[in-house]
Amino acid sequence: MRIAVASGKGGTGKTTIAVSLALSAPGNVQLLDCDVEEPNAGIFLAQRDTSESPITVPVPVIDETKCVACGECASFCEFNAIVHIGTTVMVFPELCHSCGGCALVCPSKAIHEEPSAIGMLTTSEVPRYGLPPLDFYQGLLTIGKAMSPPVIRAVKDRAIKDHAVKDSADCFTIIDAPPGTSCPMGTAVTGADYVILVTEPTPFGLHDLDLAVKTVRKMGIPFGVIINRSDSGDDRVVDYCARESIRILMQIPEDRRVARGYSEGKPLVMSAPEYRKKFTALAELLVGEHQ
Amino acid sequence: MKEIVIISGKGGTGKTSLTAAFATLAAKRGKAVFADCDVDAADLHLVFAPEIRERHEFISGHVARVDPKKCLSSGEDGSCSKCIELCRFGAIKHSYKTGCEVDEGSCEGCGVCVKFCPTSGIDFIDRRCGEWYVSDTRFGTLVHAALDTRAENSGKLVTTVRKEAKRVAEGQGADLIIVDGSPGTGCPVIASITGADAVVIVTEPTMSGQHDLERVASLARHFAIPFSVIVNKADINQTMADATESWCARNGVPFLGMIPYDRAVTKAQIEGKSVIEHQIKCGVDKTGNRDVSQLIAKAWDLLC
Repeated sequence: MRIAVASGKGGTGKTTIAVSLALSAPGNVQLLDCDVEEPNAGIFLAQRDTSESPITVPVPVIDETKCVACGECASFCEFNAIVHIGTTVMVFPELCHSCGGCALVCPSKAIHEEPSAIGMLTTSEVPRYGLPPLDFYQGLLTIGKAMSPPVIRAVKDRAIKDHAVKDSADCFTIIDAPPGTSCPMGTAVTGADYVILVTEPTPFGLHDLDLAVKTVRKMGIPFGVIINRSDSGDDRVVDYCARESIRILMQIPEDRRVARGYSEGKPLVMSAPEYRKKFTALAELLVGEHQ
Repeated sequence: MKEIVIISGKGGTGKTSLTAAFATLAAKRGKAVFADCDVDAADLHLVFAPEIRERHEFISGHVARVDPKKCLSSGEDGSCSKCIELCRFGAIKHSYKTGCEVDEGSCEGCGVCVKFCPTSGIDFIDRRCGEWYVSDTRFGTLVHAALDTRAENSGKLVTTVRKEAKRVAEGQGADLIIVDGSPGTGCPVIASITGADAVVIVTEPTMSGQHDLERVASLARHFAIPFSVIVNKADINQTMADATESWCARNGVPFLGMIPYDRAVTKAQIEGKSVIEHQIKCGVDKTGNRDVSQLIAKAWDLLC
């Protein structure tokens, strides 16, 4: 089963929830940090056997001996990644979306693609007390690179591949999604069986929760809500969930211990161990409903 | 004219609350124009209570749409899958009833399928990505936007909002633009900061906050934009907050100060006010409310 942890608003506790669920869920668990612009889950995990591999995207390279400067590629490119001026054709790899169209339209076969690094994939194992170790995957977008969706896709593809090799049908995959509701969030959440939306009981939290709810509904994925720092604001989020018939999976009141632990890189289920059972039960509930 | 962009790297550090507080101070001192460039989850309007004066559709790029009448894969004898093979974004699926179908949320708008469909059966239509607005508020003019669900081109929408804010500011003779940016380091953030006069990074005293601060600081350096740092909710972990201050000193980054955690910030938000306005109405109380406002005002003085 694949669960995405998302939120419209940033800083509501997505990573806290994803990490706690990953440390408490029974069986084989994968945790994917797909918040590749600012991945933080790794801060909370005791990782071992870490290995890194670059994430690349194909970008066009022009063979000048074959190029006749006809401009077909530049006029085809929707992203202005190829510019044609007089007899020169220039490629701007940072604008390229790697669609491969330029190589296909080039009449003199002067374009081939070469991999260009845009990020890093880190895989590691995290020991869990009394449970099989957790497989952790983190994507990191290189500073200055604009497009995170290919990095998110690379993390997900790798986890799916590993999953297939292990052939563990019962594998529980948790995706820590980026904030917002645009393409990076959509890319992370696509393919999930269930989405946990994390929010806080403030006007900003509610407004962005509503955006996230609309997004997930449009994608047709079942979802529930966790209200973090549940006593720090007002009742509007609870009322909203009742009105929209949205299930509230858990409410986590504000707790100085948890805030302090968070600041030091300690997972919620360690600073407040009574939550471990709740997250185990949540994982079992979601798996049970899925089957 | 000076353009100041407020970003954070990490979400939820208090970027928008601080932007609203700065807006209150800026409006008291002179003419300023405001822009909400967190187009993906825009919240500034919840404090600004804008009266929308202009509403514009934001059309950017294209999206592919298969004409089922022309698709060779519709019906029983369907065998063509050219578009599916060529699409690198997995955006086209095949159904036996209707033939090939494009998932608009996954479509990158590259046009490869449109170009190579053997029956020219794929249309390339303009993509509506959202709306942007010019509004009157009690602080001054606000330019803001709403990106459609799962829409692309957030960077271009950010650029549109900033351009419009600049145009409005020139028209009004305003000497300051305050921009609320978005979290992360990707496309909308790059679009928010390129060419700005100054960036303020709002961070929090946590390991995640420090990690994200360092990444977004590298981004600002990458684009050679001067930036300063302010630590919000500093007393959650004073040791970490001090470490952030030393990090700034070591790296030659101007440090604007520390703001303690205060429930007044959330209270103000619930009332639809900035924390500075909240204090004006409620007076100074023993929650340290005044301190928060004063510290923000001090930071603002350092910044401008």
